This record gives sequence, structure tokens and C-alpha cells, in this order.
Amino acid sequence: MSSSNPQALLIPLLLAAIGALLFWAFWSGLTGHEGERLAALALERVPESGASNPVTSVLLNFRAYDTLLELAVLLAALLGIWSLGPAAAPYQPAALLLDSLVGWVVPMLIIAGGYLLWIGGQAPGGAFQAGALLGAAGVTLALSGRPNAGLPGEAWLRVLAALGTLVFALVGLTLMGVGLGFLTYPPALAKWLILTIETGATLSIGATLAAAFLGGRPRTTRPAEP
Amino acid sequence: MSHEILLTQLLYGSAGLLFFLLGAWSFISHEPLWRKLIALNIMGAGVFHVLVAVAYRGLDTPPDPVPHALVLTGIVVAVSATALALAFGRRLDREAPEHASDAHGGVDDREDGTHA
Repeated sequence: MSSSNPQALLIPLLLAAIGALLFWAFWSGLTGHEGERLAALALERVPESGASNPVTSVLLNFRAYDTLLELAVLLAALLGIWSLGPAAAPYQPAALLLDSLVGWVVPMLIIAGGYLLWIGGQAPGGAFQAGALLGAAGVTLALSGRPNAGLPGEAWLRVLAALGTLVFALVGLTLMGVGLGFLTYPPALAKWLILTIETGATLSIGATLAAAFLGGRPRTTRPAEP
Repeated sequence: MSHEILLTQLLYGSAGLLFFLLGAWSFISHEPLWRKLIALNIMGAGVFHVLVAVAYRGLDTPPDPVPHALVLTGIVVAVSATALALAFGRRLDREAPEHASDAHGGVDDREDGTHA
């Protein structure tokens, strides 16, 4: 550590003061309210949201704007990574044991991702968890020496990375064109609209995380899939 | 009953705040970029911890779904932001390789070829 003595004392003191302030805010947030909280309101409206899992209802219906922008943040991060340079050199191809393990693990991860995507309507699960599993499958492939982490060529990868934001925005705009509000689902269609958006989001999140792990713009080597 | 809930929330929430402060301390007082990055992630984990603590409403009541949704998207965004920061660090190493070993601590060692 390169800090001189007064600094070494000042920083913990300052942080302790910030900590006390944060604790006071946390305490008054927990105790200083009477009556309805947001949770009761959200849980009450879950049956009309098109998904019986409350977290999915919040993510894809009540706070859909938030989720749309978060997908846009993911896309922006990937664009930033791509604009900073080419991907790092690929890992050395895996030996037989790891390679056959990867052959087992990756299909399982994809199946588990699909399951989480589907179950997200009723139970814990959903696009972000499923996307994280797909991303993990990509990371596994990259670590075992696939230079493109199992991702398609750059043209398709661009489509895949933008898909989540695109589907989300298109659904919103279509609903607006029909005369409902932006991302105001009609209750009869809500389930299928949410599932459509989540499918696009899952593919996008998985592809984005795997592409982000490569650490740069994809190299133009032809994919050498086994 | 609500006493127990409050105690649990305070215990978990304070742990999250402590995490946040530890991360902030590490972020300020360590120079290498990748240590700052890990510190930022620890701060983020602290924030998620506090949000999950706020969502807790007892064992028989379903948790508040709103903070849960925030944490869920927050995790994915934090991961992608970390990836972006690592890409920035690699670019910095490439632009100023003579400082790479002391100032940044070498964010990624894959630059020079394949791993053994």
C-alpha cells in the first residue's frame, strides 16, 4: 500500500462515518414506515400479469422498462468491449478428459437453460438465469480451447446480441401501435408476449456474456467446430 | 414475530453494508486496477445483500419480489460491466506496456499467446 500515515487513518474514519449514515438510512427504511408497502401491491396484481412467479411479473411486466434498459446496458457493454480491440488469444485446445467432460456439460447447460426459461413463469427461473447458464456454456467452450466459444460468426453474433433489446422494443412499439401503452400487455396475451421477450432476452444474455468473456471483437478465424 | 424479521433483516443488511464499506476501503487504498475491480464487485455484492435483506418478510410470507428483480438484473449488469472494465484494463496495458507490471498489475495474461 502506498498511502502515507494520515491517509491511512483518514480513510477508515471517513468510511466509518459513511457506514453510520448508511446504517441510519437502512434502519429508518426498515422501521420508519406505516401501512402498505410495494410488495403487497405487486403480489396482489401478480395474477393479471401473465406470469405466476412474482419476480418474473415484476421483471417483465410491472418494471418492464427497467428490464428493457438493462438489456440495452448489456448490449452497450458488449459494444464497448468490441470497440476496445480484438479478442484475446484462444486457450490451448483441451486434452481428452476435459474435452469429453465439456461434451457432457455443455448440452446439459443448454437443456437446463431452456428449462429455467420455461419454468420462470411459475417458479424461480427466467431469462436472466437461463441466459447466465448459456453464457456459462460459452465460457466452458472457450476455456476448452474453442476460439469462438461456440458462438456463430460475427454477422449472426451481432443479431444474437441485439435480439433481446430488439424483441423487447418491438413488442412495446407494436402494443403502442395497437393503442395500448408502451409495454402494456393485454392480459389474455401477456403470457405469450412475456415468453417471447424472455426467449429473445435469454439468447441475447447468453451470447453477450460468452462474447464478453472472449474479451474483444471476434477474430476472423473460421470456426473449427469438432 | 415482526421482531424476529427485523432482527434478521438488520443482521443480513448490516453484513451487506460492512461488505460495501470493505469494498470501498479496498477500492480507495489499493492502486492496481484489477484490485480496484474486485473491490467494486465486492461493493456490488454488498448492495445486493442489502436489497435481499430488505426483501425478506418472514419464512411464511413470500419475499418482496421488487428488490429480488433488481438484484437479478443487477448481477448480470455487474458481470458485463466487469467484463467491460477488464477490456479497458487490457487496452491500457497494451497502450503502456512498460507500466503494465507495476501500475495495473497486468489485467489479463492472455495477451502474449495461448496458455500452457
